[in-house]
Amino acid sequence: MNKQDSAGPPASTTKPWNDPKVRSIFFQAVLLIAVVFSGMYIFGNTADNLERQGIATGFGFLGTTAGFGIITHLIDYSEASSYGRAFAVGLLNTLLVAFCGIIAATIIGVIVGIARLSKNWLVARMAMVYIETFRNIPLLLQIFFWYFAVLRALPSPKNSVNFADGVFINNRGIYMPSAIYEDGFSLVIWALLIAIIGVVVMARWAHKRRDQTGQQFHTVYASIGLLVGLPLLALIVAGFPLSWEIPALKGFNFVGGTVIIPEFVALWISLSIYTASFIAEIVRAGIQAVSHGQTEAAHALGIKAGPTLRLVILPQALRVIIPPLSSQYLNLTKNSSLATAIAYPEMVSVFTGTVLNQTGQAVEIISVTMGVYLSISLGISALMNWYNAKMALVER
Amino acid sequence: MTSETQYAPGSHPELPPPPSTVGVVGWLRGNLFSNTTNTLLTIFAIYIVYLLVPPAISWTLFNADFSGDSREACDSGGACWVFINVRLGQFMYGFYPVEERWRVDSTFILLVVLMVPMFIDSFRHKAWLGAFILFVYPVIGFYLLAGGSFGLVEVETPMWGGLSLTLIIAIVGIVGSFPIGLLLALGRRSKMPAVSAFCTGFIELWRGVPLITVLFMSSVMFPLFLPEGVNFDKLIRALVGVMLFSAAYMAETVRGGLQAIPKGQYEGAEALGLTYWKSMTFIILPQALKHVIPGIVGNFIGLFKDTTLVLIIGLFDFLGIVQAASTDPKWLGYSIEGYVFCAMVYWVFCFSMSQYSQSVERKLHTGH
Repeated sequence: MNKQDSAGPPASTTKPWNDPKVRSIFFQAVLLIAVVFSGMYIFGNTADNLERQGIATGFGFLGTTAGFGIITHLIDYSEASSYGRAFAVGLLNTLLVAFCGIIAATIIGVIVGIARLSKNWLVARMAMVYIETFRNIPLLLQIFFWYFAVLRALPSPKNSVNFADGVFINNRGIYMPSAIYEDGFSLVIWALLIAIIGVVVMARWAHKRRDQTGQQFHTVYASIGLLVGLPLLALIVAGFPLSWEIPALKGFNFVGGTVIIPEFVALWISLSIYTASFIAEIVRAGIQAVSHGQTEAAHALGIKAGPTLRLVILPQALRVIIPPLSSQYLNLTKNSSLATAIAYPEMVSVFTGTVLNQTGQAVEIISVTMGVYLSISLGISALMNWYNAKMALVER
Repeated sequence: MTSETQYAPGSHPELPPPPSTVGVVGWLRGNLFSNTTNTLLTIFAIYIVYLLVPPAISWTLFNADFSGDSREACDSGGACWVFINVRLGQFMYGFYPVEERWRVDSTFILLVVLMVPMFIDSFRHKAWLGAFILFVYPVIGFYLLAGGSFGLVEVETPMWGGLSLTLIIAIVGIVGSFPIGLLLALGRRSKMPAVSAFCTGFIELWRGVPLITVLFMSSVMFPLFLPEGVNFDKLIRALVGVMLFSAAYMAETVRGGLQAIPKGQYEGAEALGLTYWKSMTFIILPQALKHVIPGIVGNFIGLFKDTTLVLIIGLFDFLGIVQAASTDPKWLGYSIEGYVFCAMVYWVFCFSMSQYSQSVERKLHTGH
C-alpha cells in the first residue's frame, strides 16, 4: 500500500496468506515441524522401550562373540568369530548369489527374449509359455519348490548321483573336487595376467588397424587361444603344480572337496529363472523398439541373420534395454533376501534373523541391513547410469 | 495340355498360389521348416515338448488320484490331489472356524457384487459406488471378518489365513497405498524444495530395500516406536509395512502418468485461475490416472505375489498354509502337489490380471 514509491512495480495488494511464496514457506515449515516432532516422538518412545527392556544401544555388540556356526562362508568364520564377522559373511553370501544370479538370469533372459521373436512358431510359443508361467508365480513359491520338492528329494549321500567319480550330487549339496595349489602355481597366474594384458593390447591394435585399413582381425579366436594357451604352457613348464582333493564318503556324508549347498542352488535357480522371465520381456521390447528398416537394410547389405542381430540390432536395442534391465538386477539383489525362508546364510538370514534374535538390537540391525541394500541399490543404479550415458553417446 | 496357349494382355486367368505356400503345408513350411537351422530348432523344440508335456499331463491327470480322504487312497503313482481335497478348506480360510466361514465368503462376494458395476461402461453412478467401496465397504468387511459385535462371534486375526488372508493383504495394501502414493507423487513434483526432498527421500528409501526388511521392521521395530502399553496386532503391523512399501511403488507409477501430461494442461489450468488442488483434481489427475491404470494393475500383481513374504514373519497366508500342510506328518512327501496347486492359483490370478491390464492398455492406445 505504499504509494510514494511509484518508480517500482505497483505494490502487491495480495493478502500475505494468499501469496504463493508465503504459503510455500508456511507449508514447508509445517511439514518440517511435523517430521521433527514425529521423529522426536518415535525416538523418545524407542529410547523408553529399550531402557525398560534393558537393551544397550549402539554398535558395541558387533565385537561380541557370535557363538553360532554358518554353513557356508567365503571368508574365515567360526563360532568364536564376532557378530561383525557374521555380518560380513552374510553380506558376501548375498553378493555371491546376486552376482551368480545376475549372470545366469541375463543369459537365460536374452536367449528366451530372442526366442520369443523367432520366426519359428514353436520356438516363439515355447518362449512365451516360459515367460507367462514363471513371471506369474511368486518367487518364494518357486524357491520352496526347488528347495523342498526338488533338492530335498535327491538321494541321500550314500546313493549320490555320481559323475566321473569326482562330482557327487545328493540332498546335502553338490560335492566337487577342490584344487590344491602347490609351489610354482604362481607362474600360471602370471601367465594368465600376461595373457589378459596381451588380449587388451591386441584388441586395441586390431581396432586401430580396422579403422585405418578396414581389415578385420579375428580377435575372438586369438584371445581365446592366448587366454587358454599361455596358462596351459606355464602349467606344463612348471610341471603341473596342481592336485585335486576328491570328496570321499565317510560315515553319513562326504568329506573333502568343495561343496555347493542345496540352499544356494535352490536360490540361484529360482532367482535366475524368475528374473529371466522379466529380462526376456525387456529384451523383446528392446529389439522391437529398433525399427524393422534396420533389419531390412542389413539384409539388403548382404549381412546374414546372426551378424545382423549381433552387430546391427542388439547394439541399438541395448540403449532401450539397459535402464529397465538395471532395475531387474536390483530386484534380483533385493529378492535374494528371500533366502531367509530356506535358511541360506545371506545377510538378512544371518544378521536380521539369527543375530537379531540373539542380541535384540532391532533398531541398529535393521538400519544397517536397510542401509546396505540402499547403498547396493544406489551403487548399481549409479553404475547403470554411467553405462547408459556411455551408450547414449553413440547415438548420432 | 498345351503350355503354349496365347493370352491377350490382361486376359490371363488368375492362378491359385503354389500349393506349398498355402494351407497346413504352407504354414508348416513357412513357420517351422523354412530352412535348415529352423528345421533343427523345430526338431529340438518338439523333443523338449515331448520330454516335458506328456509326463506332466499323465502325472497331473491320468495317473492322479482325486477321491479319498487319506494318503492310502493315493496308489496310482501320479499326483495325489486327495491331499488338496482334504485340506482345501484350510487352504482357503486358514484357521477360521468352520461354522463362521460364511462370513469370509460373504465379505468377498459383497466386494465382487459391488465391483461388477464399475466395469459396466453405461453405469452412471461410478463415483458414488467407488466412494462406497473405498470408505464404507472396508468397515463392513472388517466387522464381518473380525466380528465381536452385531451378534457375530469374535475371530481374532491369528485365526485368519489361507487364500482369504492373501487377498485381504493384497487388497488392503493396494487400496491403502493408493492415496499415500498419490500424495507422494504430487509431493515429489512439488516446487517446494522441502516437500519434494521429503517425498523423494521417502520413495527412494522404500524402493531401495527389499520388502522382507520392511516386514521385519514392522514386526520388530514398530512395537518399539509406540508408547508403552500400546500394541498393534501382528496383521495390522504387516499391513502397515506392505502399505508403505507399495505406496512408494505406486508413487513412481503415478509420477510417470503426471509426467506424460503435456505442460499446456498445467498452464491452462493455472490460466483459468484454478487453485493447485482444483487443477490437480479436475484437470491433471483424471488424465494422468487413466494412463497409469496398467501400471497400477502391474503394481497390484507384484504386491499380490509379494504377499507370500508375510509367511516369514509368521502369518499363514496361502503359501504359508500350504507349506505348513505339506510338513504335516500325515501327508509327508506330497509337497509337490501342494506347490503345484498353489502355483496354479497364483498363476490364474496374476495371469488374468495381466491380461486385463493389457486389454486396458490397448483400449487406451486407440484414442490417439
